[in-house]
Amino acid sequence: MIDWVLLVIAAWIGVGVLGIAALRQFKLVARILFPLGGLIGLALAFAALSALPRAPEIAILPIGLPQLPFHLRLDSLSAFFLLIIGAAGAGISVFAAGYFRQGAGTPPGLLCCEYHLFLASMAMVVLADDAYAFMVAWESMALASFFLVTANHKVPEIRDAGFLYLLIAHIGAIAILLCFGVLQANSGDYTFAGMREQSLSPFWASAAFLLALFGFGAKAGMLPLHVWLPEAHPAAPSPVSALMSGVMLKTAIYGLLRVCFDLLHLHLWWWGVTLLALGLATALFGVVFATVQTDMKRLLAYSSIENIGLLLAAIGLGLLFRSYGMNALAALALTACLFHVASHAFFKSLLFLGTGSVLHATSERNLGHLGGLLRYMPWVGWLMLVGVFASSGLPPFSGFVSEWLLLQSFLFTPGLPDPFLNMFIPIVAALIALVAALAGYAMVKFFGIIFLGQPREENLRHAHDAGPWEKAGMLWLAAWCIALGLLPNLMIQFIDPVTRMMVGEGLAKQAAASGWWLLAPTSIERASYGPVFFLLGIIAASTLAFLLVRLFYHGHVRRSAPWDCGHPWQTPRMQDTAEGFGQPIRQIFEPFLRLQRTLPSPADTKPFYKVVLNDHFWHWLYLPISRGIEYLARQVGRLQQGRISIYLLYSFITLLFMLFLVQR
Amino acid sequence: MNLSGLLSQFLAIMAALLLAPLLTGWVNQWRAWLQNRSGPGLLQPYRMLRKLFIKESVVAESASPLFRMAPYVAFGCMLLSCAIIPTLSTDLPLSPAADAIALVGLFAMARVFMALAAMDIGTAFGSLGARREMLIGFLAEPALLSVLFTASLISQSTALTEIVENLAHRDFVLYPSLAFAGIAFCLVSFAENARVPVDNPTTHLELTMIHEALILEYSGRHLALIEWAISLKLFAYSCIGLALFFPWGIAEAQAPVALILAIPAMLFKLAIGGFLLALIETLCAKMRIFRVPEFLATAFLMAVIGMLTHFLLGS
Repeated sequence: MIDWVLLVIAAWIGVGVLGIAALRQFKLVARILFPLGGLIGLALAFAALSALPRAPEIAILPIGLPQLPFHLRLDSLSAFFLLIIGAAGAGISVFAAGYFRQGAGTPPGLLCCEYHLFLASMAMVVLADDAYAFMVAWESMALASFFLVTANHKVPEIRDAGFLYLLIAHIGAIAILLCFGVLQANSGDYTFAGMREQSLSPFWASAAFLLALFGFGAKAGMLPLHVWLPEAHPAAPSPVSALMSGVMLKTAIYGLLRVCFDLLHLHLWWWGVTLLALGLATALFGVVFATVQTDMKRLLAYSSIENIGLLLAAIGLGLLFRSYGMNALAALALTACLFHVASHAFFKSLLFLGTGSVLHATSERNLGHLGGLLRYMPWVGWLMLVGVFASSGLPPFSGFVSEWLLLQSFLFTPGLPDPFLNMFIPIVAALIALVAALAGYAMVKFFGIIFLGQPREENLRHAHDAGPWEKAGMLWLAAWCIALGLLPNLMIQFIDPVTRMMVGEGLAKQAAASGWWLLAPTSIERASYGPVFFLLGIIAASTLAFLLVRLFYHGHVRRSAPWDCGHPWQTPRMQDTAEGFGQPIRQIFEPFLRLQRTLPSPADTKPFYKVVLNDHFWHWLYLPISRGIEYLARQVGRLQQGRISIYLLYSFITLLFMLFLVQR
Repeated sequence: MNLSGLLSQFLAIMAALLLAPLLTGWVNQWRAWLQNRSGPGLLQPYRMLRKLFIKESVVAESASPLFRMAPYVAFGCMLLSCAIIPTLSTDLPLSPAADAIALVGLFAMARVFMALAAMDIGTAFGSLGARREMLIGFLAEPALLSVLFTASLISQSTALTEIVENLAHRDFVLYPSLAFAGIAFCLVSFAENARVPVDNPTTHLELTMIHEALILEYSGRHLALIEWAISLKLFAYSCIGLALFFPWGIAEAQAPVALILAIPAMLFKLAIGGFLLALIETLCAKMRIFRVPEFLATAFLMAVIGMLTHFLLGS
């Protein structure tokens, strides 16, 4: 099966090369190459699906340096992530076929090349079985996405965002490289198979864990390293943001899972606690910032930070259970994590693609200038609504299932042998519930301000709906959001071999025992959720109400102007703006945010009110670091006087020093 | 699934549909009496529903299909929630479909739909109502979940029927964790049902209304469905409270006699609960909207303390 997967990846690279060949042939690139890439993604998803339950397969690719070939391995964990990359990538590629327009910036063929290299390198990351192949794939992924982010490189802000992204990606990459260095434990064997055989002391194992956490956390957007996300996502073209947020962040989760559960055999309880704490902080931070954003893509970027936080918390819980040898519960927590990986990949891609259509139709990213688009863009609006429901964790959509599984695994914790941890973990569950509820707030704001109400600007009345390619791509992703929500047991069947590989237990048997319609991770008495019946119940009750009302009463409806409360001068500008809708959250969580307010004085003839919202981490962490580096650079700069005599002096002193060394 | 299960399920749904407006009427009547008014009578909510169903619906010109869908969805959600809460019996065929967490999800679904519908028209009041409703929701939802978690930690299950059976079978001891959870639950229910300390169900004063602002644009049959859904929500919350904290008298599987006895038991408990609600509403003054987050944060903390006491003191 691994040959097929490699063939598919090679096909992606081939499409990329074709893109270079057809550098400025816009029609060819958009209408043929991108859909072809989507088809290849579909093939990858099928190949991964059939590889999931099989035994691991190994391949060696003789590329790269002599004596240092690429070791590749296709096991359940990588197959699961390949499935996500393929399935989400297919929808995004189809959307991209209709999305990219001719215009300034990178020529379409080059964009196509970078895009497919990005996809191929993500697939290689999850296949890599030695540190060298992994780092090559990881770096090409970072570079390809950097060039994609800066597709519109004429805009200075976009260049800045790209630089920040590249910087943090590389700081992370250094940590990952060091982590592999620790893992090989002086054996000089950098294959993962070699690392699996090492048994590290708790100190070195912890060092490897912390390095992996830092390195992969930087890519995922973990708390102090999240700053690139809200800059890079809005800068990138929408299909790229979708790919980065929906799929690329998951490769970091993959790396963390690979290191924690496959390469390291030792599991210490405080690793789990660290991850839980960091994950929770990330989730809370992300969601609070998401609710107060005014730019639709930034809002989604912060929401991605929140979801990454939830994923990290789930991994943390899995590690905690694993460290106490409670493998069945670890499997439950990891199933929640992997399910959320899948569900976030689909709904976040869907939402980012939707913002792309809105951006095309209105050329506006600011929520304060949008509104009422559901009437002019019904397809985009209703498909986005599916993503919004999934994202706010409402039943019976996909987001709810992962939230449900996660909360269930928290409620099982009283089995932990440490009473102190026992006490803390339900509090974490309560906080996760808070995060989920706040996500609902952010999503209502997101959808309500963009699609509902009256258009806040006159030109929105001419907004057009998305084209057929864009609709098809979004439809595919929305179908996944619904299917994952309605048939969670099917997905759990796919996740089962993955958790079996990582912790030796799986949920599929229990899930199958209670029927395909009922999700019961341990037993029906303990907890169960039947999304199909749930949906049927709501539909039956609503339809019954509808039919009875129709049957017994007349169906008269009169259209009239909305009730204006006796104040006839209402304008669309009197609706809540994005700032207004987020104001309660801003007030409650004020210490979280760095607020700069400019208030008008009573004497102003043209009063204006300005609020600038910032991240504390910029001021607490990043600005001091950058000031320190600038100071250091200035000190070093004193050496460089720009006069040849001084440089000759330096050479002379160096020579003397060398002679001195040789003499001794 | 058997005949008695189906019967108790059907009874539970019918009881909720028919009795929910009566509970609202009962609370309003007591409120009127306690405030030295004569009151409109117990059956007023039914008359109200009939009147609204007969009247024509006026829908704003700018309304999208979402606006007309929302009342049906909200009604459906509330009816389903009443069907899975063990009001009369714990032998409910529908209950495996949704546990305590899904129940909270169901309430959230209804809330999100109503908030989106309120924003749909694009008036200042609609979005104001939506914002305030979501504000209450995002604090009340985790608090309610934490209350349910406390109960499910005691009974080792998140299935509502299991929780109720487990709690009903224990000896009568006062659980400190349940006491905290009970206080939290009361606070949450006031907020979620738009009752007095948080919101006033009878007000239309622009500056203070929350829930009424949300449904300001609705009329005719849509409003009737919403009013009915609100009654169902009050009924559902009361029944959750009764099932968690006073679970006695609820019939169990294969017990038809107990099912018949469960009806007067439920009516008795609801009557007392409704009276207490009216009493508290009369004794309290409505608080300012800025104080509501504090109120709800208290509820959230109480619920979390409930969970903590469960671990500190054991069950």
